[in-house]
Amino acid sequence: MLNIENLHVNVGDKAILKGVNLQIKPGEVHTIMGPNGAGKSTLSHVLSGKAGYTVTQGKVTYMGKDLLGMEPELRAREGVFLAFQYPVEIPGVSNIYLMKAALNANRKHQGLDEVDAMDFLTLVKDKIKLLQMDEKFLYRAVNEGFSGGEKKRNEILQAAILEPKLCVLDETDSGLDIDALKIVAKGINSLRTEQRSFLMITHYQRMLDYVKPDFVHVLADGRIVKSGGPELALELEAKGYQWVGGKAA
Amino acid sequence: MSSSAKEIKNLISQDYKQGFVTELEVETFPPGLDEEVIAKLSRIKNEPEFMLEYRLKAFRHWQTMKEPDWAQLNIEAIDYQSISYYSAPKKKGDGPQSLDEVDPELLETYKKLGIPLDEQERLAGVAVDAVFDSVSVATTFKGKLKDAGVIFCPISEALQEHPELVKKYLGTVVAETDNFFAALNAAVFTDGSFVYIPKGVRCPMELSTYFRINAANTGQFERTLIIADAGSHVSYLEGCTAPMRDENQLHAAVVELVIMDDAEIKYSTVQNWYPGDENGVGGIYNFVTKRAECRGHNAKVSWTQVETGSAITWKYPSCVLLGDDSTGEFYSVALTNNYQQADTGTKMIHIGKNTSSTIISKGISAGKAQNTYRGLVKVGKKAENARNYTQCDSLLVGDKCGAHTFPYIEVKQPSAQVEHEATTSKISEDQLFFCQQRGLSAEDAVSMIVNGFCKEVFKELPMEFAVEAQALLGISLEGSVG
Ligand SMILES: Nc1ncnc2c1ncn2[C@@H]1O[C@H](COP(=O)(O)OP(=O)(O)OP(=O)(O)O)[C@@H](O)[C@H]1O
Ligand SMILES: [Mg+2]
Repeated sequence: MLNIENLHVNVGDKAILKGVNLQIKPGEVHTIMGPNGAGKSTLSHVLSGKAGYTVTQGKVTYMGKDLLGMEPELRAREGVFLAFQYPVEIPGVSNIYLMKAALNANRKHQGLDEVDAMDFLTLVKDKIKLLQMDEKFLYRAVNEGFSGGEKKRNEILQAAILEPKLCVLDETDSGLDIDALKIVAKGINSLRTEQRSFLMITHYQRMLDYVKPDFVHVLADGRIVKSGGPELALELEAKGYQWVGGKAA
Repeated sequence: MSSSAKEIKNLISQDYKQGFVTELEVETFPPGLDEEVIAKLSRIKNEPEFMLEYRLKAFRHWQTMKEPDWAQLNIEAIDYQSISYYSAPKKKGDGPQSLDEVDPELLETYKKLGIPLDEQERLAGVAVDAVFDSVSVATTFKGKLKDAGVIFCPISEALQEHPELVKKYLGTVVAETDNFFAALNAAVFTDGSFVYIPKGVRCPMELSTYFRINAANTGQFERTLIIADAGSHVSYLEGCTAPMRDENQLHAAVVELVIMDDAEIKYSTVQNWYPGDENGVGGIYNFVTKRAECRGHNAKVSWTQVETGSAITWKYPSCVLLGDDSTGEFYSVALTNNYQQADTGTKMIHIGKNTSSTIISKGISAGKAQNTYRGLVKVGKKAENARNYTQCDSLLVGDKCGAHTFPYIEVKQPSAQVEHEATTSKISEDQLFFCQQRGLSAEDAVSMIVNGFCKEVFKELPMEFAVEAQALLGISLEGSVG
């Protein structure tokens, strides 16, 4: 599904990613861990097409297509979803309005009819239950005044509605309380299918107790320095990043 | 400039869908303005004697006046002698008595603009007066309104049918000497709408006037006069468009509202005059004087405007709060793109006791446009417990545009409370990227964010028009991101 080959990325003159290789097959859950400033968010941004990054070497193919040549909205419509580490606020635009507009933009791309307001409401009310969010969040402005944890839940709600093929989750577990972590994990697990893949960035082994990954990678100083199974996360927890040669930030 | 800032810039290109010209046989005065032209105009309209006197008085005063230069605008000198002061579709016989007699070309024009004049096709709850260049061409639902006692007709017709009413109120809110453009309007205005809501009547439908400038080298000088007698209520909307032409065209309107005891007028404007092209060529000069006088106790007036068009807008819908406990409101969205300039705001003049006013202004600037809010809140000596709340927000799209805020506050009464809040923000690249990451095009994202920014104002518009206004913002921003 996703094939990252020797990816080098600069911000200005500064090299951030220095040769990342990663292959994700349909249905797999990959976790990326690594010290602050290692380039994890950078990777998620480059995959989703954010401006301001220069790819100096390497390539990324997604479902057989050259991902890096696609506009960000096209990547989204083709099924690449990014749950942001820091979701932005959009004053005056209601959450439900954004989600409906997004779903319809995706449906249009797939040649499907737009969903009408009533059908959408039914859909969204069903999904919001899954994340145990109050319905009033639907009518509030996107992320405006949401607590850190509420913003993260809202990201997963959007994933649940848009049903992407590849979910990139950037520290979705950060800032969640213990109960919220379980709820969000449940939400993520409910999205797991044979086809849907995940790239989950996290700092905490705890998250992996709830969402079991197939692979764990350590990104340090712009490279994947170690890969393994879930047991790698436990080892990291015990030994720290020094152990894999990652510098602490 | 980062690539998404560039995208924002690209999104700001123009697509003006109302820019077509209607081919019609017209009667147009040659360019030029003197007392003879005014006399001829008055004669053509078969006006009562007092009108000619009024016009001439205004004209003589106008000749002693200078164009105002205090606005934050760059205006090319206007040659008032090169403008034609009258242009009207040629009438067949006595002019249309019913819609069947209106030139089909005209009906087609309004239909293309989304304003079908055919009552069957028209939104059921809205009566329309259609003003084409210098004259009103049709008014719908006259019968139904008459049953309610409401007078809604072209002002030229009101001068024939109700001269005493017009005489009683015309020029009492905006004097013919008020300002340069108001004086010019008083001298040469050709048509516009007249509304009278009798005591205790709630107007059974929305009233609306649709202004269209079609002819080249013609000025449009319309005059609107609305009187809400004691205890009455009316909601009124005006819309405006013009063809795309390379020359600037002048539109200098005057709107007067009179509100008596316990009465209310809600006045909404969706202004979409041709703004000029992306290089700043052409477009309408929109110099408008709008003022409401709350004469009665507990009178209420509310101005809501969505200004997306015109090369230059100079406009300050104002509220004179004479009556005790009267209320004035001003809700404004002004969007400028490319080389458009807007200097707009309001004046709230508190004279009576316990008067209150609210100002919500949303200025959006894109391209190389300049957007200025200018507002005056004045509290007189006797206006005990007067209150004003002003919120003035500016949104910048891209980095070549400007937003300016000039609040003037004059308070002569110690018990008054005047609050002012102002913010300036930019559409951030992060917001834009977030929306794109959810599958929206950059264009739709900007339009959505701008609409969100304007929400507080849109909710004041009548339902049908709020939808229209949102669509209009989208169109006006088209091309501002790639
Ligand atoms: N726009 C930018 N300008 C300059 N430096 C940048 C920019 N974006 C990222 N960087 C730098 O790139 C490096 C990687 O940042 P990134 O956000 O990808 O780290 P991360 O692995 O997600 O860290 P964290 O765990 O703290 O979220 C950091 O040193 C950061 O300062
Ligand atoms: Mg990060």
